[in-house]
Amino acid sequence: MTMSAVEDKMHVEENAMNPNWAVIKKIETETVDTSTLWLEFEDEEVRKDYKYSAGQFNMLYLPIYGESAISISSDPDQEGLIGHTIRFVGNVTRAVSRLNVGDRISVRGPFGTNWPVEESKGKDVIIFAGGIGLAPLRPAIYQIINNRKDYGKVTIVYGARCPSDLLYTGEYEEWRSHDIELMVTVDHADDTWDGLVGVVPMYFYRLRPNPENTVLWSCGPEIMMHFVLYEGLARKIPDNQIYLSYERNMKCGVGVCGHCQHGAYYICKDGPIFTYEQLEPYFNVEDL
Amino acid sequence: MTDYQLSINTTVAISKPELNKLLDVLSGAGYKTIGPVAKNNSLVYEQIEDISDLPYGYETDQKAGRYRLYQNGGSEYFQATPGASTWKKYLTPPRTKLFGLVNVDNKWKEVPVSEIHPKYAFIGVRPCEIAAIKIQDTVLIREDYVDTLYKKIRDELIIIAVNCLHPADTCFCTSVGGSPEAEDGYDLRLTELDDLFLVNIGSQKGIDMVAQLEYAAANSHSLQIENEMMSEAKEKIKDVLKDYKQLPELLMNNLTHSAWEDVAAKCLSCGSCTSVCPTCFCWDVQDVTNLHGTETQRDKVWDSCFNPTFTAHAGGGCSRPTTTSRLRQRITHKFASWVEQHGGEGCVGCGRCIVWCPAKIDIREELNILQEAFK
Repeated sequence: MTMSAVEDKMHVEENAMNPNWAVIKKIETETVDTSTLWLEFEDEEVRKDYKYSAGQFNMLYLPIYGESAISISSDPDQEGLIGHTIRFVGNVTRAVSRLNVGDRISVRGPFGTNWPVEESKGKDVIIFAGGIGLAPLRPAIYQIINNRKDYGKVTIVYGARCPSDLLYTGEYEEWRSHDIELMVTVDHADDTWDGLVGVVPMYFYRLRPNPENTVLWSCGPEIMMHFVLYEGLARKIPDNQIYLSYERNMKCGVGVCGHCQHGAYYICKDGPIFTYEQLEPYFNVEDL
Repeated sequence: MTDYQLSINTTVAISKPELNKLLDVLSGAGYKTIGPVAKNNSLVYEQIEDISDLPYGYETDQKAGRYRLYQNGGSEYFQATPGASTWKKYLTPPRTKLFGLVNVDNKWKEVPVSEIHPKYAFIGVRPCEIAAIKIQDTVLIREDYVDTLYKKIRDELIIIAVNCLHPADTCFCTSVGGSPEAEDGYDLRLTELDDLFLVNIGSQKGIDMVAQLEYAAANSHSLQIENEMMSEAKEKIKDVLKDYKQLPELLMNNLTHSAWEDVAAKCLSCGSCTSVCPTCFCWDVQDVTNLHGTETQRDKVWDSCFNPTFTAHAGGGCSRPTTTSRLRQRITHKFASWVEQHGGEGCVGCGRCIVWCPAKIDIREELNILQEAFK
């Protein structure tokens, strides 16, 4: 090997964009267009060193098709497989939907900020999630359950467009058994549904938060988060206790390709989870 | 002159043909020498092997949407100010391979990157371009991220700067904290006088290079002429931007102001300004695959915030669907959010975005219009 070949190899190894292979160990079908892929890194060192926090995301890369930012939806306190709940809506994710157990996929990450699970101990937690937005919140829900007595009142309001779009329906009873109040609503009910109907922010009226001692976490369509935010602000929850998870086109994950800029923030590095205090200067700025 | 003690910040004089010797010294040390070349009616940065490759006797006429290069019968190598070409095409090439993969027995295997990037010596780097390289350093060599290829090229880079004695009408470096006189960031700095180059030494590498040349101590007459010419050049660059330091606050506090629509009315969203900008760094990743789907590679490619796909979402749509939103992104990034992200502005006042804008948008005028509107 020539000297320059050695240097080039170094360049490859140091490059933050390089693939990091994992094997699909299990696939759980969640809805008609959403599945959870459970992955294990091939490299034992990587497997051992890999740590993530609730709300962070990985860049999943499938050769030929490209790369996509996907939230981690498994329990950060559990060793073992890493879960990614993926809605098959883009070029990359549609190709991912055709993968089987045993197939390989590259995982770069984890990237971004996390839900303040640790910092929120002693407080009441209100979670508002819409659609696939429940996926990045599930790790936080697991961690609250793992240390349930450290938190006050915990309320989750979750909604999807229709009953068949609801995620993780098999886990609701378990969550409720840990003294979590879970309200599930759908925009459009059908014959099978006898639960709540309507968009999630509507059900804020049922909550009686003690604002100073409450944190509000939300992830879902931006319009949904905005109405959740208004409800939270109307109830005097402080700006720095309201957390929203944002989404933009991301390529690098380390704040250097420029794509996900939102004002002065790189969503991939400074977000995806921001306090309203951070977002306030850019709030209601159209097409920012 | 062997008894003369060369040190950093010493200024010596060399004859103009001696620049050829400097090129020889550099190529002898394994550097690929890049400099301005008159080509296709513009000035481009390309490999030069001899001073006859330089744009001897050329000058330029530059305005919004206009760049004309013509011979003026003069006797200067560096009178013509740069064209659309920037040094970033060597420092962060427009397309680089991140990695390659080949499918062997249904398993993707990595193919090592085999691109060889030479050691570069840039000849004729303008002060604004040095400022731009320094800005790229803060973006690409950070505590939390290092672009390893950029760092490698940058670490080996030799910069032979040239003082700007004939700034163009579109130049505004002095408005954004710069100067036509390079103060640091170079190995050697040339000032081109009628019959000689004054050479200021900026680094140890610079000392080593000059030691191999025929040089004389710069006499006080030459130094005085240099001084006078620099003052003239500074006079010539109009201080056109008002309240530059207040721009971050002013722009970010008025993101929804209707004046943005007025400024964007002329914009074609073509991305010319971002491709000629010496500090624009945004890049995309593209998958390049053979027809059989057995080999693929990921390429890092220059991107522009004016491209509709720049903010595209999975499943359709994009975050900045309008020309106004894209122009606002470029202007606020350069003059406001860049300060928060990287500790300084993202503009060096080279004027390329003005010259190469097909719609003749002059960023200086636009910023002044915005400032007036926001007050």
